Amino acid sequence: MGGGTNKPVLFVDGKRLDGRDIDELRPIKIKASVLHRANGSCYLEWGENKIMAAVFGPRECIPRHRVDPYSAVINCRYRMSPFASLDEHSKAGPSRRSTELSKVIREVFENVVIGSKYPKTAIDISMEVLQADGGTRCAAITAASIALADAGIPMKDLVCAVAVGKIDGKLAIDFSKIEDNYGNADIPIAVSSRNKEILLLQMDGLMTKDEMSQAMDMAINASDKIHALQVEALKEVYTRKAQDKPDEQVS
Amino acid sequence: MEILDEIKKDYVRDLLQKGKRADDRKLDEYRKITLERNPLSSAEGSAICRLGNTQVLVSAKIDAVEPFADRPTEGVLSTNCELLPLAFPAFESGPPSEDSIELARVVDRGIRSSETLDLNSMVIEGGEGKVWGVYLDIYVLDYDGNFFDASTLAAMSSLMSASFPKFEDGKVIHEPAKPLGLKSKVVSCTVSNFGDKKVIDPSYDEEIAAESRITIATTEETLCAMQKGKRGSLTKDEVLGLIDIAFQKGAELRAYL
Repeated sequence: MGGGTNKPVLFVDGKRLDGRDIDELRPIKIKASVLHRANGSCYLEWGENKIMAAVFGPRECIPRHRVDPYSAVINCRYRMSPFASLDEHSKAGPSRRSTELSKVIREVFENVVIGSKYPKTAIDISMEVLQADGGTRCAAITAASIALADAGIPMKDLVCAVAVGKIDGKLAIDFSKIEDNYGNADIPIAVSSRNKEILLLQMDGLMTKDEMSQAMDMAINASDKIHALQVEALKEVYTRKAQDKPDEQVS
Repeated sequence: MEILDEIKKDYVRDLLQKGKRADDRKLDEYRKITLERNPLSSAEGSAICRLGNTQVLVSAKIDAVEPFADRPTEGVLSTNCELLPLAFPAFESGPPSEDSIELARVVDRGIRSSETLDLNSMVIEGGEGKVWGVYLDIYVLDYDGNFFDASTLAAMSSLMSASFPKFEDGKVIHEPAKPLGLKSKVVSCTVSNFGDKKVIDPSYDEEIAAESRITIATTEETLCAMQKGKRGSLTKDEVLGLIDIAFQKGAELRAYL
């Protein structure tokens, strides 16, 4: 954010470095149910971001003192792999950033997962960022939401997330890493797709109230596009599984 | 402990239905705020903020450090937080909890993105490439809710009372030499949400009973950081309303600095 010395030109004729318009998302590819051991999983590519998300549970809640007698406990793990960026190999293990993000992401899913169906259990959500190019927390939330649905866990809604940022005084959606590095503000927003309520909201950078209002509109509009892709990905699981098992189709 | 919390939640929510708070405050009223400037002589700047029964000490220590490799001409700002075991029965020793990391990062984000501290003017003259590093340490001493606003107030106050030290013959001499030249006063406003009821400066009991929480940091002119917390959701219009509140209360808080 902010500094850096050789700032590239981020807008040419109203287009961004990668040719996108200000309200255009990067290409998103989603494949649900990709891991056999997990109860639900999702692999998501969002621009150059590559995310694997998996859900285990509802299962026994360990340690036992964390058990909630009325609801499932939700655990979230967001991690950046040490090889995720073009920069040098980073330290393995949790960073302060990933600890904070795991917390705010958990709060998102505590909202939508109907935990009261599974008291005394735990639902564990893992999000591994295998490759990072800006906007990984939003990509991870979008992926985890599908993994939860794939695991058959009852939810009030699917969650879509996207960040809005400001570069050269202009608001734009879904920053790539380079835009993020030279941008002036970053606002990750997670939205409940059905009722457009805001489940995650973070912001840093200098913004006016009007700009915040516009940023929320941009994220809410984009959530419809992301939601459509999520639904597609979940439907595709059934066609794929039907084709994988031709033997069972014989009657 | 947890059973008591459950009982308190109902009590707080029932009172709020009548538009009341347990300590008789108005919904948009801060608790009593006091700022003690420079309680420490070992750091360049320091402050204790008391917000009702919540008490936070922040120290701003300044040293000559190597800059980050990718930012050779920028000073360093680093914010750390300890939720001390003496502040609250459930605060434990050991590695930093996610609450303490979140607090440190939210305070850091407000101060950093406001650009109140000009990192580009922190290269030390004659320091052979070294830059000034400002270390903010947040020590929560007593906890009764809303450590965000108390910490931001104390952090800002500690920066305002600090100066860059002297640098002579390759060594730092901890005597004030040059003011930090802060450009604005950053404050944060934290609100707990209970459906249509919004409670400013939540106490601990209010914090645990609330559906969601939002912290909005502002300078005199602009928003500079936001963080929503807890599982409850907010609508766009609610967020915009809370931004208005943050600016209005921000002006009140800034008067303490």
